[in-house]
Amino acid sequence: MTWVNQDKCAIVGVGATDYYVRGKSWPRTINDMAGDAILKACADAGISVKQIDGFAYYSTAGAGYLDKFDTASLMETLGIPNVSFSATLTSGGGGCAGAPGLAVAGLMNEDCKYVVTVMALQQLPQHRLGVVFGASAPNAENSFLQPSGLVGPGHLMSVLARRHMHLYGTTRDAFKEIVQATRANTHNRPKAIRKNPLTDEEYWNSPMLADPLCRLDFCLETDGAVAVITTTTERAKDCKQPPALIHAVAHGGSREWGRAFAWMGMPDPDFASSGHEFVANRLWEQTGLTAKDMDVALLYDHFSAMVLMQLEDYGFCKKGEGNDYVLGGNIRYDGPGKKGGGVPVNTHGGNLNECYIIGMTHVVEAVEQVRGTAINQVENAELALATGGPASLPVSGLILRRA
Amino acid sequence: MVYGAARALPGTGIQITTNPDTEPFWEAAKEHRLTACQCGNCGHFRMPPTAYCPECQSTEKKWPTLPGTGTLFSYAICTKDPKTGEPYVYVPVVVDLDGAPGTRLVSNLTGIDADDVKIGMKLTVDWNPIEGDWVLPVFRPGA
Repeated sequence: MTWVNQDKCAIVGVGATDYYVRGKSWPRTINDMAGDAILKACADAGISVKQIDGFAYYSTAGAGYLDKFDTASLMETLGIPNVSFSATLTSGGGGCAGAPGLAVAGLMNEDCKYVVTVMALQQLPQHRLGVVFGASAPNAENSFLQPSGLVGPGHLMSVLARRHMHLYGTTRDAFKEIVQATRANTHNRPKAIRKNPLTDEEYWNSPMLADPLCRLDFCLETDGAVAVITTTTERAKDCKQPPALIHAVAHGGSREWGRAFAWMGMPDPDFASSGHEFVANRLWEQTGLTAKDMDVALLYDHFSAMVLMQLEDYGFCKKGEGNDYVLGGNIRYDGPGKKGGGVPVNTHGGNLNECYIIGMTHVVEAVEQVRGTAINQVENAELALATGGPASLPVSGLILRRA
Repeated sequence: MVYGAARALPGTGIQITTNPDTEPFWEAAKEHRLTACQCGNCGHFRMPPTAYCPECQSTEKKWPTLPGTGTLFSYAICTKDPKTGEPYVYVPVVVDLDGAPGTRLVSNLTGIDADDVKIGMKLTVDWNPIEGDWVLPVFRPGA
């Protein structure tokens, strides 16, 4: 059944700060960076920041669980006169692709006209996302997890990756290929943190942080901010850029994934998955499309193994066949004329190689691909998939279509 | 890769807190008794303990004594003390608990070289004193 709001809204502006290695953004403040990204997104759209009247966040509006900003402070800082929609997807980074869907809800309800989605991340020495679970104060729930020494998201996901290896024979070679294939997309990106081609030797020598995942399987620790502006497709005609139509968007998940890696009670096969199956099925039901119809896939890659599991959950390959699919070269971007069997993944280098702003760069790359302005442009890209998560629910997915 | 002996993390520095839903689990652990939260109405097990049974929504709870054994469901190998950053080989494990179908504990494994850990191994609970006079269940190989 076609989604009632299909193509009725569009992302019309994107903006980002420079990307900084963790902690190096200081003395910029979190509000400085968030404001910078929002103003750049407005300029890209060709609107005044004073026209923004909606905010659609994720990760509970927190700046990466660390420093905080909110609608009131952003309005005051930027001189936004009125706000008539302010909402956030609950849970964490899994909401990045779904937040523009929240904007659609506000726009279609005629609550607002121009909605901004923003994420800013600043990891000062006292605020490091990589050890967030280990550093948080004990509570009744995390007392069943924290004492195990699984201190960060990557440590938790290594346990999921191990189960996948056990069930399906998945190998570290596939994780290596995911990191290498996406690293190959950053050599020409001025703002990328890691640009050098990744050799086999470098990968195999990378220190194990939580076996089976090594440091290069973990995403970058970076600072910066990214914002996107969503409006109605009708209003988008007055904007500067070609609209990136919101063709489908979904957030959520099934109880079997539930609290996911903060819980570890998922039954097989959900345990060895990205928890995205429910959201993937909703996207395909909204559109009648399948994974193979996508021209490019921007898959949330906080950890390499979770890209492999998303490829399975979205149906780029069958469950348990991610290893062979990846090793078959199917996620590679080989240039604008690529007509291979696979769908290029993370043409911007992703969280593993370009930077990690909790998934927002994937949304930006999806916009640029369907605009036709991406640095690593997929020829005639019409449909781009962006995802958020795996994480505790909700996770999310977004399909943008060329106008 | 040769990791060598897996050790439980030192109990010093490990803190837990409880709430009325979880406290009976930790009180039992003080007596070296492994339990899990079971619905007093329909018998469904759930862990960590929560207010409602997800099957029948009852708030009635039972805390049966489990055999104290389980099966290794998955694991990681870590090499740094999370508190100090010093070299320290430990193996976080996810354990399917015998006698409480569908429940798992996330814990540490000791008494084995990390290199020899295998999914599917039978494990037995052990007890590790931690801060605040609480006791943490950890596991060693064997049934």
